[in-house]
Amino acid sequence: MEDEEELFVPEFALSASEDEQEDDDSEHKHQKLLEAISSLDGKKRRKLAERTEASLQVSEFGISAEGAGEKISLSDLIEPIKQTNNLSKVKKQLNKLKDQKSVELPLNNDETQKIQRAISYKNASEEVAKWDQVVKQNRKAEQLVFPLTDETLKPAPIEDKVAGWKPYTPLEMEIFNILHKNKQPITDPLLTPLEEESLKAMSLEEAMLRRADLKKARALQSYYEAKARREKKIKSKKYHKLLKKGKQKEAIKEFEELRKTNPEAALEELEKLDKARMEERMSLKHQNSGKWAKSKAIMAKYDHESRRAMQEQLQRNKELTKKIKVLSESEESEKEDETVPDFVNDAQVNSDGPNPWMTGKLRKDAKDSGSQEEEEKLEADVETKTEDQENDEEEEESEDEVLLKEFEDKRRLRKQEEKQQSNNGNKREATTDMAEDEKQLSQFNVLFQKLVEQNRKEEQQNKQKQAAEPEEPLEADSDEEVLRPAEDAPLLIESLERKQSLEAVDALGQEEEEIEDPVTQPKKKKSAKQTVQRTSEKQAKKSELIDHNDVLPVKAQKVRTPLLPTTMEEEEEEEEEEDDDDAAQKMIIQEAFAGDDVISDFLNEKNKAVEAGKPKDINLVLPGWGEWGGTDLTVSNKKRSRFIIRAPPAPPRKDQHLPNVIISEKRNVMAAAHQIHELPFPYNNRKHFESSIRAPVGKTWNTEKTVHKLTSPKVITKKGHIIEPITEDVFQKHAKAKKTDMDLNKPKHNKPKQDEKNSRKRQFRQR
Amino acid sequence: MKVKVLCRNPDDYVRETKKDLQRVPRNYDPSLHPFEVPREYTRALNATKLERVFAKPFVASLDGHRDGISCMAKHPKSLSTLFSGSCDGEVKIWNLASQKCTRTIQAHEGFVRGLCARFCGTSFFTVGDDKTVKQWKMESPGYGQNEEPIHTILGKTVFTGVDHHWRDAVFATCGQQVDIWDEQRTSPMRSYSWGVDSISSVRFNPIETHILGSCAVDRSIVLYDLRKPTPLKKIILEMRTNAICWNPMEAFIFTAANENYSLYTYDIRYMETPVKVHMDHVSAVLDVDYSPTGKEFVSSSFDKSIRIFPVESGRSREVYHTKRMQHVTCVKWSLDNKYILCGSDEMNIRVWKANASEKLGLLTPREKAAQNYNQKLKEKFQHHPQIKRISRHRHLPKSIYSQIREHRIIKESRRKKEMNRRKHSKEGAVPFVPEKKKPVVAVVD
Repeated sequence: MEDEEELFVPEFALSASEDEQEDDDSEHKHQKLLEAISSLDGKKRRKLAERTEASLQVSEFGISAEGAGEKISLSDLIEPIKQTNNLSKVKKQLNKLKDQKSVELPLNNDETQKIQRAISYKNASEEVAKWDQVVKQNRKAEQLVFPLTDETLKPAPIEDKVAGWKPYTPLEMEIFNILHKNKQPITDPLLTPLEEESLKAMSLEEAMLRRADLKKARALQSYYEAKARREKKIKSKKYHKLLKKGKQKEAIKEFEELRKTNPEAALEELEKLDKARMEERMSLKHQNSGKWAKSKAIMAKYDHESRRAMQEQLQRNKELTKKIKVLSESEESEKEDETVPDFVNDAQVNSDGPNPWMTGKLRKDAKDSGSQEEEEKLEADVETKTEDQENDEEEEESEDEVLLKEFEDKRRLRKQEEKQQSNNGNKREATTDMAEDEKQLSQFNVLFQKLVEQNRKEEQQNKQKQAAEPEEPLEADSDEEVLRPAEDAPLLIESLERKQSLEAVDALGQEEEEIEDPVTQPKKKKSAKQTVQRTSEKQAKKSELIDHNDVLPVKAQKVRTPLLPTTMEEEEEEEEEEDDDDAAQKMIIQEAFAGDDVISDFLNEKNKAVEAGKPKDINLVLPGWGEWGGTDLTVSNKKRSRFIIRAPPAPPRKDQHLPNVIISEKRNVMAAAHQIHELPFPYNNRKHFESSIRAPVGKTWNTEKTVHKLTSPKVITKKGHIIEPITEDVFQKHAKAKKTDMDLNKPKHNKPKQDEKNSRKRQFRQR
Repeated sequence: MKVKVLCRNPDDYVRETKKDLQRVPRNYDPSLHPFEVPREYTRALNATKLERVFAKPFVASLDGHRDGISCMAKHPKSLSTLFSGSCDGEVKIWNLASQKCTRTIQAHEGFVRGLCARFCGTSFFTVGDDKTVKQWKMESPGYGQNEEPIHTILGKTVFTGVDHHWRDAVFATCGQQVDIWDEQRTSPMRSYSWGVDSISSVRFNPIETHILGSCAVDRSIVLYDLRKPTPLKKIILEMRTNAICWNPMEAFIFTAANENYSLYTYDIRYMETPVKVHMDHVSAVLDVDYSPTGKEFVSSSFDKSIRIFPVESGRSREVYHTKRMQHVTCVKWSLDNKYILCGSDEMNIRVWKANASEKLGLLTPREKAAQNYNQKLKEKFQHHPQIKRISRHRHLPKSIYSQIREHRIIKESRRKKEMNRRKHSKEGAVPFVPEKKKPVVAVVD
């Protein structure tokens, strides 16, 4: 406080004096003085110290409001200025100020806090929202494995466990010294620093990529090598010659290009050639002094080939010993000579030297030594020279290519021919055999077809007849079938068919029954069931009303009842099992249950069921109504027909065509307890729900892997592992995964198919 | 003479080594294995029945406290360690594997109100009615040494709860206000207060570790951010919230155990209405704890039972009770997602299996496969009435059963009354209020 005062006083004095200078008012001066003096007094000083923005009595510049309790207004301030003329600017400014409103009061504490809270809440909720994606993913995830961070167990260093442990004993000291010297790991007992570095150096994915690249390179190399080996094996001389020629041509072309683009490199090439020449001159490797050359020289008298080889070698010698540097100089001079036509320069393509004239020489040499073929070719070359050169070159190339192709084709053809020849020998033998076989076969076929036709005719006849006469041969057939265990199905058919026929009879009407009964019943009385079955089978075959295929596999007509585990199904199951049984077993069972006639019982039951299922007529006939009364009354037919309400015919039964099944369409109360009556919540379509139920999960229906996949639990936890809350590492993982995807995808687009194949392979391996 | 013999390739049936699996040739032709649905249905039914037969969730009871248990805490690094504080100021440390108390500390005079372990598990904090916060070492004192806390902080008011930050050396206490303490200092780094009533519980968010939630006696739930000088948000419910717990896998989800017999799961971004209302208790819910997988939570209630709720369902999937268990004051879900621990008024801590019919101990692969298959079957046929009925059937003590019935009647009559009022008043005068909105009284910015 005191400091403030001290600062204030001189300032006050100064500013006051300034004002005075302008005012030049003596009274004012006096007053100032008085005030200054009085300010030295204690009371006055304190008042000054308590100055606020709008003080009542004292102001900084000696301005005060007129009455006590009034604030200083702007007009008070302006008044003294109004008198002076030279402060127009300040006046304007002050006038402007007059119009402006005062600054608003700062908000109270509560409201600022409220705003702060709102902002910080908004920030916090935005920050938290970053988890949204992760949370959604985890909620949707088909399987979650906890703990989320896969802790790879690392051997803990001893020092971590025993903090502040130091080697004390001399032995320990020694050991540690040795470890230190050899840079062996002290803290981490398993990895040396080098190993750690190598571990850090490459991540798994990088390593995989790298490995794939290396593998690819290796494969390419091996392909190349194989190709080279194959080409090396080709023995044709012409092929090699052409190849060599092509290579030469290419080399020359390259050299030409080099000369144009990079003359220094071309010079180097030339020097190389020169060096080769020098070496050749030194060694004379390609003259006729070598071992091979000598042997060839001996043979040359008799062998055309060896002579040619000799000549070739000599030519090579000449080529190699040719001076080149001189040629290049001469070429330069010729270049300067414009009289020489341009195409001459370009025509060197054929020879290795850049000088056309020298090539001419060479050609002459070649003519001397070369074979006829070469001569022809050279002639052709000369001819083409006269034509356009570009075309010429292309044609030559194409010719070469064509020749090469021809060679390959020829080789192929030759191989094929050889093969064919080798085969033909065998084939002729074979064909003779085959012909005989075929003859036999054809005979057999004819016979077979005849038989088939006969059968067909018989069948047709049977169809046409549809009579109940028992036929002897068919009976024999059935006997055979009984004997054969492999064709056990027919036996089952018998039983089924008998039922079926009888059932069919019941269903169809009384007419057929009348025909059949006399035949079947006496036999039943005579013999055991087998005969009955046989006869019934015959009838079935005769009638052909129902196909075997329709009757036999009940499985095919299996009624899917996903929601109905009923007692009925058990019966069906049993019957199916019966289907699968052997004939012999059937026999045994039949013998065992010879006493009770299960089948007829079943049929009776079925008949009852059918009868019960039929809607009944309603009889409203009252005897004696409207007629004479008394005993022994007969109701007239007219009346009867009038008062009996006929029931509508029953809808066709589902088991109409299933001989060994009773399908009851009544609601089964026992089963109803197990059935769903309402569509459960997440489903809005009955079909969807049923399909979800229908697919089996168990081992009985699925392979091991599928079962494992289908039944794997939604949440997997490890025993004895602490599951820690999710951390932000999850984001890093996501980012990493995305990044690697990007990296893997990039080369795929740029590089051709092979890379894709590689990546596919990689995927397989990962699976 | 040629003798016909059966000839088979031994490769098809001989194992290469003894340890190879037996090769079982199998024909998966569906026509050979008919009736898949009925057969699986029977299996599912059997599995459900067996599940109920084997549902014996009670594992052990830890007794030793001489007064009701007021609070419990899990050890963050050790599965077998549990802290419990009782109403006589005693703190006990239990070894769950051996089911024995390993250490007993007379920590406070009066109640031990709150307990929490440090995130690294080297020490733990207790607060009590004697207005002190004490930090204790995990290791028991050596022979001849006294049990003494590492630090003791004397506060001005009673502390009612404590929780430790999940990563930093910071902990929070609550009482008249929420205080954030640095472990090294004796005065709080920061104090939050909003309103005058005392705060009953405070919890750090395990994922976004700087966010805190607290619930106060004035029926409010308040959120804080450590980095901000002011609280974030406050909601006032119809009745008081006793405890809250954050979902350890979903950063913005927490569940509040309310006096209103129900639990409310909130998303902190949308505090106006709860995401889910979990009802089933018939008395005040006293404590709640999430399973470490974040898929379920367990709640303890004044009605002498604990219930397990799936996060997304409004109804409980399991209820545990015993004859002798009184009001359950605190409940914890063990960090390996296997056990539930509850402490109750009658001085006992009980250990339950989180999955009632689970077989404890190691399972052979076959057992595991069978278990998975059964689980899948139960899931597949869960809508079938018999299976639903069997799997949902629970035995309840008479008190709870009758209370449930009573509540049902009350609810029904209320509904009827509201319906009647709506029927006999002007349209829109009695609006439909969804169940979620009913408990919310106000949201304060």
